[in-house]
Amino acid sequence: MENLLIEYLPILLFIGLALGLSIVLTIVPFVIAPQKPDPEKLSAYECGFNAFDDARMKFDVRFYLVAILFIIFDLEVAFLFPWAITLKETGVAGFFSMLAFLAVLTVGFIYEWKKGALEWE
Amino acid sequence: MVLIDFWNWALTALFGEVPYELSWVLGVLTGILLLVLTLLVNLAFILLADRKIWASVQLRKGPNVVGAFGLLQSFADFLKYIVKEPVVPASANKFIFLLAPIVTLTLALSAWAVIPVSEGWVVSNINVGILYLFAISSLGVYGIIMGGWASNSKYPFLGAMRTAAQMVSYEVSIGFVLITVLLWAGSLNLSEIVRQQGEHGWNLFTLLFPMAVIFLISAHAETNRPPFDLPEAESELVAGYMVEYSSTPFLLYMIG
Repeated sequence: MENLLIEYLPILLFIGLALGLSIVLTIVPFVIAPQKPDPEKLSAYECGFNAFDDARMKFDVRFYLVAILFIIFDLEVAFLFPWAITLKETGVAGFFSMLAFLAVLTVGFIYEWKKGALEWE
Repeated sequence: MVLIDFWNWALTALFGEVPYELSWVLGVLTGILLLVLTLLVNLAFILLADRKIWASVQLRKGPNVVGAFGLLQSFADFLKYIVKEPVVPASANKFIFLLAPIVTLTLALSAWAVIPVSEGWVVSNINVGILYLFAISSLGVYGIIMGGWASNSKYPFLGAMRTAAQMVSYEVSIGFVLITVLLWAGSLNLSEIVRQQGEHGWNLFTLLFPMAVIFLISAHAETNRPPFDLPEAESELVAGYMVEYSSTPFLLYMIG
């Protein structure tokens, strides 16, 4: 347990250092750069127009759908990782049980394909 | 690690007995600093190469004024970014707006914590290196969607939505390519995988070459590089999620 935590400590240090570097880089121009804000400069960019309305508008539900599909398939990939490294030990049984799992998943995939969840138009 | 031994030796020579933990922390920090510095200097030249090659493709010269053949262009750009006025739009969520590029760069850099540079030269040789990489690169989408949303402007918002959709889609195909490698190597440890590559050599290369091509394509899509720069779409969304950014926050996005 001790050794495990020691192994991860450099990662924590690395993240800390990267975070520190990013924060310093973000703060430096606020300190040394000239700042002359005016309302035009601070308004949201809209190709020369004044902004018509708030940008927090409705967006296409299909983006949401893509995200949900991502969760399903990414979890599946994460599930395949341990299977892939232990395949030498689990052998044929392991291989075919994963194949059965993937078959079930593929049925679901075909269903959502036929339903048109993957079509953008 | 060599660096820990070096610090241990140096501190002992200077101050007599020192606790091993101190030299350990110093050694690891030096290693990280070396890696990050090398990465950033390397990145400066890769960015230059990118601009030069794109320029050549379009029969332009590209940057050629600063230094010989424009070799110092990226460093000049870095100085320019630092002394530029940082503009934070009045309607933006200021905290999240500034946090987003920080998140992006932190994640992009910390992914390197498990990458082995050479035998034994790795910041942290953990047993789940691939999972760590996969997790960190999945998190990268947060920085972009935070930036796009916090800008409270239409182009960044649309750009961020598109980028997020594209990044998460190709994440899955990258995962599947990784599985083919894992089946061969039988380990999640990156150093071990590299060692396996040395053993199997050309067999592995030939068998997995199609997967390498898929990986290359997915990686381009994942990082929104051309020809998959649809989310940035200069001609319609002007630059996607980065529109409202200036000065170093923009630089952080570029590096990330």
